[in-house]
Amino acid sequence: MSTPQAATPAPEKPGNTAKSPAGPGARSLPGAGFLGQARQGGIIYPFIVLFIILAIWKGSLFYDKTNLLELLDQQSSTLIIAAAGTMVLIAGGIDLSVGATYALCQVIATKMAETGSPVVAIIVGVLVGVGVGALNGVIATFFRINSLIATLAMSFVITGVASLVTNGNLIIAYTALGFANFARTEFLDVTTAAWTMIGVVIIVGVVLSRTILGRYMYAAGSNAEAARLAGVRVNWIKLATFAISGGAAGLAGIIDASRVLSASSQNGGTALTFTVLAGIVVGGTSILGGEGAIWRTVVGVLFIAIIGNGFTLLAWNPLYEQITLGVILLLAVGGDAWSRLRTD
Amino acid sequence: MPDNDDNLQGAHVELRDIAKSFGGTRALEGISLTIGRGSVHALVGENGAGKSTLGKIIAGAHVPDDGQILLAGEPVRFASPRDAIGRGVILIAQELSIMGSLTVEQNVFLGVEPSQAGFQNRRELRRKYNELAASVGFALDGGANAGSLRTADKQKVEILRALCRNAQLIVMDEPTAALSRPDVEALHAVIRQLARNGTTVVLVSHFLGEVLELADQVTILRDGRLVQTVPAAGQSEESLMAAMLGRSLDAAFPPKRPAAADARVVLEVRDLVAPGVNGVSFELRAGEILGLAGLVGAGRTEVARAIYRANRVHSGTVTVSVGKEADNRQIDVTGSPRTAMRAGVLMIPESRKDQGLLLGRSVRENVSLSTLAQVSRAGMVQPGAERRTVRDVLTRVDARGGGQSARASSLSGGNQQKLLFARSLLSDPTVLIADEPTRGVDVGAKRAIYELLTALTDEGLGVLLISSDVEEILGLAHRVLVMRGGRVEAELDGEDATEAAILGAAFGATERGA
Repeated sequence: MSTPQAATPAPEKPGNTAKSPAGPGARSLPGAGFLGQARQGGIIYPFIVLFIILAIWKGSLFYDKTNLLELLDQQSSTLIIAAAGTMVLIAGGIDLSVGATYALCQVIATKMAETGSPVVAIIVGVLVGVGVGALNGVIATFFRINSLIATLAMSFVITGVASLVTNGNLIIAYTALGFANFARTEFLDVTTAAWTMIGVVIIVGVVLSRTILGRYMYAAGSNAEAARLAGVRVNWIKLATFAISGGAAGLAGIIDASRVLSASSQNGGTALTFTVLAGIVVGGTSILGGEGAIWRTVVGVLFIAIIGNGFTLLAWNPLYEQITLGVILLLAVGGDAWSRLRTD
Repeated sequence: MPDNDDNLQGAHVELRDIAKSFGGTRALEGISLTIGRGSVHALVGENGAGKSTLGKIIAGAHVPDDGQILLAGEPVRFASPRDAIGRGVILIAQELSIMGSLTVEQNVFLGVEPSQAGFQNRRELRRKYNELAASVGFALDGGANAGSLRTADKQKVEILRALCRNAQLIVMDEPTAALSRPDVEALHAVIRQLARNGTTVVLVSHFLGEVLELADQVTILRDGRLVQTVPAAGQSEESLMAAMLGRSLDAAFPPKRPAAADARVVLEVRDLVAPGVNGVSFELRAGEILGLAGLVGAGRTEVARAIYRANRVHSGTVTVSVGKEADNRQIDVTGSPRTAMRAGVLMIPESRKDQGLLLGRSVRENVSLSTLAQVSRAGMVQPGAERRTVRDVLTRVDARGGGQSARASSLSGGNQQKLLFARSLLSDPTVLIADEPTRGVDVGAKRAIYELLTALTDEGLGVLLISSDVEEILGLAHRVLVMRGGRVEAELDGEDATEAAILGAAFGATERGA
């Protein structure tokens, strides 16, 4: 509680839970006991255990600066989308179109960067993402279509539009070296992609835990009707989360395109969407809305990432990786539902 | 005590010393009565007298805490409604459970469909349905889509469903509350038909005329206790109402300081029309508590929600007069709760759990939600300022327990209600609408809420108080509006505001104040 106000809130640190509004509340909840505690801490314990196991595993190259930095770099796009997705879930929605938006913005930006200014290409790409997200938001709020269905349907539309842009071809911009600088430049041994991700994570963390907008997001997801009667413009808040989610998906898509200087309408897609959702949910943000935090998403995404990294480094059968992931996801969601049942 | 000779032959159900509490609140106590086979037995009483609860206990939807139920002379203890259905006892609740996407006959035989090797036998279904419908004289097409039926016909579907499960006793909770006049007549004919065929009907109803017309016996409840069970034949609406009256005052009310006669009008409502509200006009003065009484479903909550723009409003004006300068602000017809708040009206909604609180969030977040801008700079909430503001207002409403970081769900009902008061007060309202502010809170918290309401009016707030508890209205309100059918049936002031007058107007008795 009495953590001194740090200059930058470090959302990754679980110590921050005490400052996040849900933290201390659960402690004073009668009967929450061990389960409540476990739920609060959530994924952080298995994450630390797995991290240590991989680090001390004989002959493992896991605990190595190059490996860890590369891991962070690789997870940049996933984390950017997941950070924004955390807002969508907290406000009581879900966005299944991020994989498609990722591809659409990537092909548009890459196509523009082939000939024009990379800066303009990036800005336009992100704005297209924001626009697509805002459209999702309008459909899911003012037209009252369940966001799960609305964004699922939109994902087909978006993928279709992306294919129209590319005519089904791979878009290549090998000559646009300025565009490559966007993700590949290194500063203090860390890529700009990772720096961008860190920036997004911090901004999302501050918005959620410190701003009026963030409070309204929690309120909208916790009890939309109560929030509306308390004067919160619930529809606009939800719409904003979808717009942010779309913009983040666009930014992530452009970062990945800038890495390889090519883009395709087939990139991203459902695989990316579900990786992102899995990361958020494994972290402990509730799919029912009203609860969650950015550090959870960071840990959740990285947890899934180090499982994959571990399987690769230790040369385990990658077939088991999928099974492991599925079981962990079930445990996370099941644990959430079960602890709700016991404590509420 | 019921007459013993009466029980021997025709007793279908006998209740002995039934008691039931809901979380510390006594709903029923010491209820003993006998319901004759093939009779229509009515349960009447004010809001909260316990008639619905008693109906549900008879039908197995509630399990009594104490006492015994004898069905055909045999002690029974229903574990579930399903258990009761197995013994021929069926409840038709106020909220009908019709599957809109199925046909009438499918609804009727739901779960007991005639089938062959797991496949539905449609022809057999139709034949059995027609047979059943004819036996009670219903002309209702079995193939029709149940979702598109009128409410009265849906009720018929429920009744047929009960009959095809060999119901011998049907408990109907306010069956005519949602019906238009011709449909009411139709349903009355059905109830008479059922009784003629030997089915026992327990009728829970607000409508005394209906009760007198249909019932053989009437049980009058007051405050969870049985006043008397009498044959309907010798009764009149006046005699039934007289028996419902006269509750003891069990919660003390703070002294009423009458609002100054020349106090300015802070809220003026003119010809308000909205769903459930058919042209309501009234004025509320500064420092006044205006009670809005009436039966459940009379449109009280609808008026509140229409003023607060929580519901869509068709027409009418709502004007708020703010501050010493009497700055008149109209709330736009197309406005939202946010608009109403800005104009100075705040509402504490009827259901604190569904419409009021963010149960999973902290006390602090719940209280500051409507007024975050006051404790923020450039969109950033200032934790220190927020904590101080919330602490001050919590002291003002005397909310206790848990501290600011506790989850709202961990607080008692009374304290949860105080959080909503605290949230409203931070907006510095001119008019406060409190819809059932003491529902489900214990006696101590009730008293605290009464004092709070009185204190607020002393500060010049106008309060619109909605309550189903007539005693509460009488104890607190300076003036009472009684609603019925979405209109203001009566305005009662001072000496005229008596329980008899309120009930008379609420039940639509012709002689007001009788």
